[in-house]
Amino acid sequence: MSKYMLIMRADDQGVATYEELPFDQVIEAMGRYNESMMQAGVLLAGEGLSDASEGFVVDFSGEKPLVTDGPYGETKELFNGFWIIEVASKEEAAEWASRAPLGPGAYLEVRRVHDESDFPQDNEWIQKEFGWREEQAAKAGQAAQS
Amino acid sequence: MTDATGERRVDEESARRSVVAVWRIESARIVATLTKVVGDFGLAEDLAQDALVDALAQWPVEGVPRNPGAWLTSVAKRKAIDGWRRRERYDDRLAAIAHDLEAEQQRQTDAPPWDPDEIGDDVLRLVFIACHPVLSREAQVALTLRVVGGLTTEEIAKAFLVPTSTVQQRIVRAKQALADAGVGFEAPARDEFAQRLGTVLGVLYLIFNEGYAASSGDEWMRPELSREALRLGRTVVALVPREPEAHALVALMELTAARFPARLDRDGHPVLLADQDRTRWDRSAITRGRAALARADAIGRGRGAYALQAAIAEQHDLAASVDDTDWQAIVAIYDGLVSLTPSPVVELNRAVAVAMASGPGAGLELVDALADDKRLRLSHLLPSVRGELLARLGRDDEARAEFELAAQRAENARERAVLLAKAAARR
Repeated sequence: MSKYMLIMRADDQGVATYEELPFDQVIEAMGRYNESMMQAGVLLAGEGLSDASEGFVVDFSGEKPLVTDGPYGETKELFNGFWIIEVASKEEAAEWASRAPLGPGAYLEVRRVHDESDFPQDNEWIQKEFGWREEQAAKAGQAAQS
Repeated sequence: MTDATGERRVDEESARRSVVAVWRIESARIVATLTKVVGDFGLAEDLAQDALVDALAQWPVEGVPRNPGAWLTSVAKRKAIDGWRRRERYDDRLAAIAHDLEAEQQRQTDAPPWDPDEIGDDVLRLVFIACHPVLSREAQVALTLRVVGGLTTEEIAKAFLVPTSTVQQRIVRAKQALADAGVGFEAPARDEFAQRLGTVLGVLYLIFNEGYAASSGDEWMRPELSREALRLGRTVVALVPREPEAHALVALMELTAARFPARLDRDGHPVLLADQDRTRWDRSAITRGRAALARADAIGRGRGAYALQAAIAEQHDLAASVDDTDWQAIVAIYDGLVSLTPSPVVELNRAVAVAMASGPGAGLELVDALADDKRLRLSHLLPSVRGELLARLGRDDEARAEFELAAQRAENARERAVLLAKAAARR
């Protein structure tokens, strides 16, 4: 089995369509979609992102990274949320993605999540990355216990 | 490689995989719905399989229908009606059912495929049928993987290293046994619910373990089978969210599966817990497992056997090394497990934990007390643990003899090789 990330994007039209729908209806449709993936045992994680006005951009084009409020340059589509699912095949990921309750102007980009077998295990930076992740997990664990 | 035939083959293969994907997603709901409609699980399963055969023939040519679950269900229902007509058992009652089905098919085109509130109960009934106590363990496993998991007979056969015909036979006999026992499409009564749920969880854990530590064959583990069990565990949790042991089983499977990436070396040889590269453990699986255990605890009905085992796995997963492991905590959890589910295997594992907490001598005393237990007499576990403890005490000759005995009894080829290597290292 492999993990896939379903990344939700929408252009201006998509955002407009979404905003016209009654909020309850949106919540219910998403709730049903999420529930169907939970019942199938494939959903590992998922989050929605808040409005882009609350976010910002860090631009690395210049000498120093530049933090700006946006606008998001030439970007015509914004990321709005994601799901991570664990499924048996690319086709199964495609099947789940195509069931998302989204409309015109919305897109799901589906990407396979790397698993550790994709990396050379003896690379020292890969090892450091694992070590760093372990520290984070340990901290998260302590936080959860306190 | 890009000639027209080649491309078509690729397209057909991709379309076939799409059908299989839809089947994995929909089969439980389809079989559950059909069982409810036709009132006979065996017939419902046959009809669903026939509809799948139609899909495999048609979808690669005509494309996947807009609502594949409804398509498969409609086709299966039509087959039910045709079958009744053909067998001239088309009495008034069946005529009425057929009329309803046909009317329903008209409406179905626009309707949303499933109402999760309603279908959830039907799928749960299906899970209980697949794990019904009148069935043998093997039959429960095969039926669960096939009707709840949506695996093909070939996939199940491959996972359990048995011929496809064997799995087919198990399923045919299982359906017969359910029919003979007059098992209906209903959830277990309140007074037997806990026991029946226990059977369901037991079947899933058996599937998980078969993948985790393959009991026979050349492969040390078949992680895809374990992941399938984990997926089905999540399904059961979604169906019975108020059952702590369902959450706890998912926690146990997540916390165990988290170590899969470190369990084999580059050559496919097993790596024991003590020697595993813990940086390779799957941290997000550990997080999910701990969250599942917390959900089990939050229900507030105390810890059952799966929760205690999950808590032991959690202790291992959180430790940076063997030495860093809180062995006293693990011994304490084993104490709980021994009193809840007394078994020589649990006692043996507890002895290992005691050896880690208080030294190999203390562990060996407990192991020796189990030496006469009939249930361990044929298992490789006791000599294997005994050999380990003797080796740590420097009693090499005795350790070697124990490892050799354990190797004789081990049924898994790779496990046997590890034990023989340990014996050889004591020469």
